[in-house]
Amino acid sequence: MAASGWPDRRAAHALAFAAAMVLLLTWRHERVFAAFATPHVDRWAASLFVLLALPASVALLIYDARRRRNQQARPAAQGRSLLQLAWRRFTANRLAIAAVYVIAVFYLVALMAPIIAGYDPSALEDVLATRYQPPSWAHPFGTDEFGRDLFSRAVYGARVSLSIGLLAMLVAVFVGTLYGAIAGYFSGLVDNALMRLVDVLIAFPTFFLMLMLVGMFEAGIVVLVFILGLTSWTSTARFVRGEILSLKEREFIEGARAIGLPAHLIIARHLIPNAIAPVLVSAAFMVGGMIGAEAGLSFLGIGIRPPTPSWGNMISAGQDALFVAWWIAFFPGCLLALTITAFSLLSDGLRDALDPKTLMRKYL
Amino acid sequence: MLLHVEDLATHFFLDEGVLRAVDGVSFDIREAETVALVGESGCGKTIVALSILKLVQWPGRIVRGRILLDGEDLIAVSTERLRQARGGEVGLIFQEPGASLNPVFTIGAQLVEVLRLHRGLTRGEARREAVRLLDDVGIPDANKRFNSYPFELSGGMRQRVAIALAVSGRPKLLIADEPTTALDVTVQAEILKLLRHIQSEYGMAILIISHDIGVVASIAERVLVMYTGRIVEEAPARTLFRAPVHPYTRGLLAATPRLGTGRGTPLAGIPGTVPDLLALPEGCTFHPRCPIGDHGCITDVPVLIELAPNHRCACYKAVPVTADVEREP
Repeated sequence: MAASGWPDRRAAHALAFAAAMVLLLTWRHERVFAAFATPHVDRWAASLFVLLALPASVALLIYDARRRRNQQARPAAQGRSLLQLAWRRFTANRLAIAAVYVIAVFYLVALMAPIIAGYDPSALEDVLATRYQPPSWAHPFGTDEFGRDLFSRAVYGARVSLSIGLLAMLVAVFVGTLYGAIAGYFSGLVDNALMRLVDVLIAFPTFFLMLMLVGMFEAGIVVLVFILGLTSWTSTARFVRGEILSLKEREFIEGARAIGLPAHLIIARHLIPNAIAPVLVSAAFMVGGMIGAEAGLSFLGIGIRPPTPSWGNMISAGQDALFVAWWIAFFPGCLLALTITAFSLLSDGLRDALDPKTLMRKYL
Repeated sequence: MLLHVEDLATHFFLDEGVLRAVDGVSFDIREAETVALVGESGCGKTIVALSILKLVQWPGRIVRGRILLDGEDLIAVSTERLRQARGGEVGLIFQEPGASLNPVFTIGAQLVEVLRLHRGLTRGEARREAVRLLDDVGIPDANKRFNSYPFELSGGMRQRVAIALAVSGRPKLLIADEPTTALDVTVQAEILKLLRHIQSEYGMAILIISHDIGVVASIAERVLVMYTGRIVEEAPARTLFRAPVHPYTRGLLAATPRLGTGRGTPLAGIPGTVPDLLALPEGCTFHPRCPIGDHGCITDVPVLIELAPNHRCACYKAVPVTADVEREP
C-alpha cells in the first residue's frame, strides 16, 4: 500500500513536525535559549529536544528521499511480517490514527512544557489584579483564584497526569504479564495458589484499596505510580494466564519442549510474544484508566497536592467556583476526557489491527 | 545399541479410568537404522514417541519401563540432562507441517535459537549454519527464506524447515511422527526422499511413525506393528511385507491398495474398529476382529515369541509362514 499523497506519508509527518518546531522556536526563542542558563534539568531537556528535533526531522526527510530513490531503482520485497500486516490495518483506521495524533501532541506538549507554558504554573503574582480572568489571548484557559495562568498549569499538569498514566500502566502490565505467564505455564498447584491470590485482590474494591494506600504513604508521583500500578495488574494477569493456557496446547510449544528449550526461554520467547497482542490492547486502554484514577484521587485531594498542578486537582480547585469561573474546571476536564477517549480509541484500533482472524480475512 | 526401550508403559489417568495408551512396549534401534512403527490411529504410536523424550503431559504418565539412550536411562536422568537430549541426541518431527514453528518469529530466528542452544554457536556462526541447513533440506533461496515467517511457507516447505530444526542439534536418533500424513502425495514423496538424504548425510537412526504402509515400505528396514498399546509383530521390512504372520498385520497389508490390483477388486478392510482403550477386550485385544482366533484367544494374552531370527509375533495362531500368503485376507 504505497502512500498516494505528496511526497509520502512519513516525509509529510517529518515536514509537519519540523514546521511546528520552527514555529515554536520563533515564538519562544528567548525562552529556549534562556533555559540553558538555568539549573533546571527539565528546561534543559525541553530546549535540547526542540533544538535537536529540527535537524533530526530534516535528516529523516533526506534519508527518506534517498530510500525512496533507491526503492524506485530496485523495489524491495514487500514487508509482510505479522507486525507489518497489523500496522497496515492500524493505519487504515482513521479514528485510531486521530487518537494517536492527539496522544502524540499531548505528550510532546508535556515534554516541552517549560517552553510552551507562558507563565510559572505555581507563581502567585499580583493576585487581585489577575484572578478569575476568563479565557483571552493572554490567558487562553483563563486564570484561577490565585491569578495563575491556567494554560500553563494545564500544560504542566499534563506532565504529571500523562507520565503517571504511562508509568503506572507499565508497572501494572509488567507485573501482570509476568505473574499471569508464570501461573499459566506452570499450571497445577502453582497456578492455583497464584490465581487464588488474584481472586482475593479482585474481590477487594480497587479504588478503596488505592485510597487506603494513598493514605498510608506520602503521595508523590512515584508513590502514586506504584500504588496505581500495583492495584491494577490483576486483570492483565488473568487474561495473560488464560492466553498462555491456550497457547500451551498449541503444537509449537510442544515442539519447543521437544527441541529442548528451557522453561524460561519457552515463556520469554514463545509464550509471551504470542500472547502480547491482547496485552498491548489492554495496556493502551489502561493508560486512560490510570490517568482517570489519578485525576480521581487528586480530585479527592489525596493524589497530587497543589500547588503542583495535575488535571485532577485543577478540576477539584475549579468546582468551588464552577458558577463564577466555569473555565477553571472546564479546560482540564476537556483535556482529561479527550485523553481518556483517545487512549480507548487507540486500544480499539490495536484490537482490530492485531486480531489475527480479521488479519487473515483481509490479507491471506 | 542406540536406543533400547524395555517394557515401556504410559498410562493416562482420566476421570473415566486408566487409559493404557502404551502397555509394555519393548524394542531396540541400532545406529543409523530406520525403524517404522505402524498401526491404526489411536493405537499408541505417538505416545511411544513422546514417551521416549518424556514429553507426555499430565494426565499421562510413564508408569514403568526403561528407555536407554546409549545406555543412559532417560526416565531417570535430571531435567537438565533431559533438556539437552531433546533436540540434542534425539530430534522430533511432528505430524502437522511446521507445527513446531512459532508463528511470530522468522524461521531463521528459530533455527538460530536452537543452534545456539545445542551447539553453542555464536550468532554469526549460527546464522551461516542455519542457512546451510535450510539449503540442505531443500529450501530454495535459503538466504532469503531465512527471514520468512512460517505462515509464508507452504506445508511441504514448513515440514522441511521442521526437519532442519530437528536435525540442527545433530541428533543420533530422529523420531518422525507421521511426517507426511498431512501433506499431499507428491510432497510426501519429496519429504521421504529428503529424510533418506538427511539420514545418509548425517548418519542418524530414524524412528518413523506412520499408519501408511506405503510410506513404511519405501523407507524402513525394520517394522514394528502396534495394536492397542502393544507391539504385536516385529520383523525386517522385507519379511513383513512378504510373509506377515499376525492377522492384524495381514489385515493392514490387505487393506493397502497396490499397483497391479485389478480395477474393481474391492479393497479388503479389517472388520470392526479399534476398541476403546478404556474398555479393552479380555485376552488378545484383537480377538473380536480376528478372522482366525479361537476360544484360547479370548482368555489369554499372547506374548511376543520369536518365530524366526528378528521376527517376533504375539499371536497364538501364528505359525512360521513362508512366502506367498501376502494377499490372503
